[in-house]
Amino acid sequence: MQPIQLQWIDYTILIAYVAFVIGIGLLLARYMKTSSDFLTSARSIPTWVTGLAFISANLGALELVGMAASGAKYGIATAHFYWVGAIPAMIFLAVFMMPFYYGSKARSVPEYLNMRFDGRVRCLNAVAFAVMTIFASGISMDALAKLLNQLLGWDYNVALVICSGVVLLYVLKGGLTSAIYTEVLQFFMIVLGFAPVVYLGLKDAGGWHAMNHSLQAVAVNPSALNLKDAGITYAPDAWTSAWTPVLAGSEHNPMGVDIIAMVFGLGFVLSFGYWCTNFLVVQRAMAAKNMTAARNTPLVAAVPKMFFPFLVIVPGMIAVALMSQPDKNYRIPPPVISTATYAKAIDVVKTVSPTDPAAAVKAVGDALGTKVAADKIASLVAANAATKLSDDQIKQGLYNSIAENYYSGVILSLVKKYCPPGLLGLALTALLASFMSGMAGNVTAFNTVFTYDLYQAYMVRGKSDRHYFMTGKVITVVGILLSIGAAYFAKRYDNAMDVIQLVFSFVNAPIFATFLLGMFWARTTGTGAFLGLSGGIATSAVVHGLTVAEGKGGWLGHTLYEFPSSMAQNFWLAATAFTVCFVLTLVISLATRRTKSNDDLKGLVYSLTPKIVDHNIPIYQKPAVVGVLLLIVCVILNLIFW
Amino acid sequence: MGLDIRWPIGLMFTLIGALLVVYGAVVKSDHAISLGININLIWGVILLVFGVLMLLGAVAGGKNNPPPK
Repeated sequence: MQPIQLQWIDYTILIAYVAFVIGIGLLLARYMKTSSDFLTSARSIPTWVTGLAFISANLGALELVGMAASGAKYGIATAHFYWVGAIPAMIFLAVFMMPFYYGSKARSVPEYLNMRFDGRVRCLNAVAFAVMTIFASGISMDALAKLLNQLLGWDYNVALVICSGVVLLYVLKGGLTSAIYTEVLQFFMIVLGFAPVVYLGLKDAGGWHAMNHSLQAVAVNPSALNLKDAGITYAPDAWTSAWTPVLAGSEHNPMGVDIIAMVFGLGFVLSFGYWCTNFLVVQRAMAAKNMTAARNTPLVAAVPKMFFPFLVIVPGMIAVALMSQPDKNYRIPPPVISTATYAKAIDVVKTVSPTDPAAAVKAVGDALGTKVAADKIASLVAANAATKLSDDQIKQGLYNSIAENYYSGVILSLVKKYCPPGLLGLALTALLASFMSGMAGNVTAFNTVFTYDLYQAYMVRGKSDRHYFMTGKVITVVGILLSIGAAYFAKRYDNAMDVIQLVFSFVNAPIFATFLLGMFWARTTGTGAFLGLSGGIATSAVVHGLTVAEGKGGWLGHTLYEFPSSMAQNFWLAATAFTVCFVLTLVISLATRRTKSNDDLKGLVYSLTPKIVDHNIPIYQKPAVVGVLLLIVCVILNLIFW
Repeated sequence: MGLDIRWPIGLMFTLIGALLVVYGAVVKSDHAISLGININLIWGVILLVFGVLMLLGAVAGGKNNPPPK
């Protein structure tokens, strides 16, 4: 792939965007007077702003790239990550949990755990969260810098430093408020930047019905497009129906997931664990100006979230549909291969004997290091033997014969295919905006948790607010530097990064059980919560060690069960860890003495907190009413794409 | 905080929208890549309208909540 040349109009749009986000940071700098202004926005922001920031902080570059990739791999069923895996949990957070987070006056989720349980649970959660945010933003920075490098030919290091430098500048100046405000701007940038690409792609694929028609042909024989191994076949609606293929069982859908894993594993455990307890998103709601605004924040966020599949998943489906129509001359890009590797493979093409196609195919495939289409390699070798081809022609032939898809390249390949100068600048700016919103989200959550829950709680206590304000600023710089370090680590040690992400999935799997029992059962004790959570984390590690899926897991050396896909393994692992954490916390709590009286737990536990009276607010602002309405819309969406 | 975020959002999209409209109208290209549609012009208009609506919202909101200096 040749890098795209940007025109002056593209750079102008990009620079205008960067100037505006930095400008917002500078404008807000004069309001930053205390640590609370900087780290928690002093609880002053209107609902629609926190709501859009809530969703934007979650919509990082990896989400955009990853959801288009999953849309290609799994079709419309990917929308379950939204309709099953997000909306119900967001509504639950708004209606049931926000009153405790906001009402307790905790400044962070770990601080709430400290109030509700004790320092052990807080420390476990704070340390895990702090480390996780750094690696999450590092992984995303690495991915972005690689994309900019492949797509625009920008230098990896320069891309990394410029992007993180912009985020550093506006977060350091305007703190959480500037992160939240720019997230709203970024939200609109992402939506308005990618919408025309989706529109053009869908039009080219022949419209919605023609796209579905193409996908039905693909589902019957997915190996033709290298989407699955040869011989695997599905019902025609495997890419175009969200529920029918899942209900038919794990062998009948490309995700390899069954209905229990989907609903309990993803829809309950993972989804509620993320949306209801992850400080990255909860922090946005905590910055709202009053209780009603805080409770409505996730509900405002749920509206765009519900329709995001059309923006982020449909591009993947479009890509597969286009690939199945030969006249469109499109393929999902193959894995990125270095020039040196191509040179090696070109030499092999020139030297192998065309009389032994099988040996030739194997030699070329080995040189490229990917799966290759045997017929295409054989004809390339034969063509070169007949009339000497140029190196460029051979390289093009090799590129076309790679029988693997690099799904992360889907979204940018569409941008490249349809965007003229101008729109191209807009779409690239949208990609950068998604990256920055995700990174600023991570950094602002990190600096708050580090300053309040680790530094102030355990390292340096009882200093002036000025001291913690400055600490917050220093930690912001440190956080960005650590993220850059994590990005280089990810670039260098791909496998180590997989292990780290795996460990996080162990830590996150059981967490919702702790919150559920803590918020709704006054009898839950700190010891119960701490041991239950530790037990849940250990369980997920052990389950992963005893099961395998797609060659992953089974590190304990003894395989008890094999899952049809790593997604199924992930969902079941979460479900098991949750159950163990829930039961352990329950049993240990009953066996240990309560250290907090009912008075201590007022405002922290459901049964001990006076119910919020909503009489004085208009009906369209009542969280319960809005929540039910949103659920109905979500159910209708599911029925439409059943 | 004293900043109404609708001001910067409105200004930015008005600016980018106007840029795309002018670029789409003035620069001659064959639009083959965007399926024969002058997408810069069309999308520029949409961004422009969005930006102006945001600015109007900011002006209306400013009556209760004064805008930054």
